[in-house]
Amino acid sequence: MPSLENIADIIHTWLNITFNSTTALLIELVIVAVSAIGLFSMLGLILIMMERKVSAYMQVRLGPNRVGPKGMFQTVADTLKLMVKEGMTPNGADKFLFNLAPFIVMIVAMVILAPLAFAKNFQLWDLNIGILFVASVSSVSVIGILMAGWASNNKYSLLGAMRSGAQIVSYELSAGLSIITIVILTGSLKISTIIQSQSDGWWIFKGHIPALIAFVIFIIAVTAETNRAPFDLAEAESELTAGFHTEYSGMKFALFFLAEYVNIFIVCVLGATLFLGGWMPLHFGTDTRFNELMDYIPSSLWLFGKTFFLIFIIMWFRWTFPRLRIDQLLNLEWKYLLPISMFNLLLTTLMAIMGWHF
Amino acid sequence: MGASSLIVLIIAAIAFSGIAMLVSKIVLKATKNKQKGETYECGVPTRGPSWVQFNVGYYLFALIFLIFDVELIFLYPWAVVAKSMGWLAFVEIVIFFFILFIGFLYAHKKGALKWI
Repeated sequence: MPSLENIADIIHTWLNITFNSTTALLIELVIVAVSAIGLFSMLGLILIMMERKVSAYMQVRLGPNRVGPKGMFQTVADTLKLMVKEGMTPNGADKFLFNLAPFIVMIVAMVILAPLAFAKNFQLWDLNIGILFVASVSSVSVIGILMAGWASNNKYSLLGAMRSGAQIVSYELSAGLSIITIVILTGSLKISTIIQSQSDGWWIFKGHIPALIAFVIFIIAVTAETNRAPFDLAEAESELTAGFHTEYSGMKFALFFLAEYVNIFIVCVLGATLFLGGWMPLHFGTDTRFNELMDYIPSSLWLFGKTFFLIFIIMWFRWTFPRLRIDQLLNLEWKYLLPISMFNLLLTTLMAIMGWHF
Repeated sequence: MGASSLIVLIIAAIAFSGIAMLVSKIVLKATKNKQKGETYECGVPTRGPSWVQFNVGYYLFALIFLIFDVELIFLYPWAVVAKSMGWLAFVEIVIFFFILFIGFLYAHKKGALKWI
């Protein structure tokens, strides 16, 4: 069966036969870079299309349906339009920081890809502190956002960036605590070990109520961390035009936009890895016939299916809940989510020690 | 693949952003205009600088965040061994959270968590 693992293996052996080891390694690195860029572009196209279609169907309209079959190429057309727009720098801006910010946001989004497992044995770097790596690198992106907002020399941008910063750092805490609940249950920070530990059932099923609470808190926290509605007051269109990227135009704006969608994808991959078993197919204890049937579906399809399911839920939020005010947003985190997730952590510890989980 | 993948990904990100900006710079013809570089505002010219002193509320939240983030970093190594350590880990985390919670209550009482 062709899986991503097999394809990678075939390419690896063919390169090592044809060239000497140094050239083969270099070519592999180039392939990695090109496929990462390809993944980014594909994600941008698919997710923006998905967002518009989901929004459209939730509001009982058709959405984009003119460019290409069913409007599939609308995003391509939009990207082409953005490409011929001038990415200008305002006169009052801090020119160096203003142009540096999109690079930082993109680098952060791309570096997080390294420890994520996209299919069985298909991972760039399976380092033993994978989850910690993801958590720490993703918190760097707030620097890029603050940099963009401050360097624009625009009041809208500054307000948007400040709100965004306060929001991201606040919700990072409860996201981190719900990640830690799973780390307690698995006893490892390595992503492949975390996925292996779910081979007889995903943590959301095995972990009883604490895992369920942690999952809900994780979804709320990452929705806030990626600045999605209902927590999108960093770029509340009606009050701040576009938040921290008000002054950005053309391709620089497109990079921010792309990084935002890629971040949604990344946090959903993380959620799928921690709670829904990553690439692990749905397994039920001892029912071997059912388990073997599920194994026929390729592991990459499992991961992407779960990820897109989570992305759909996050898009669903947008059309269900009204936007929060900044004090409500901070109250929700500091007075409800943080104490609840701390208590939940104690509960998980008790459960793990007593061996109450399956 | 190992750590070299990090360098490759950083280079890929820089190349991707750089090429995207470069292509748009080559394709379009930029025109010069006196109003073009002005700060975006609702139609009127912007008044005063934007780099001013800012609401202290954000700063307070950042400070409390710092305390809790350090706590979070302490929790990671603890979480890895918690299951194998057994009851000792549980007692430790209860004491740790108790101290932290007193600090949290203090900040709450002082009104640091209230939005001004």
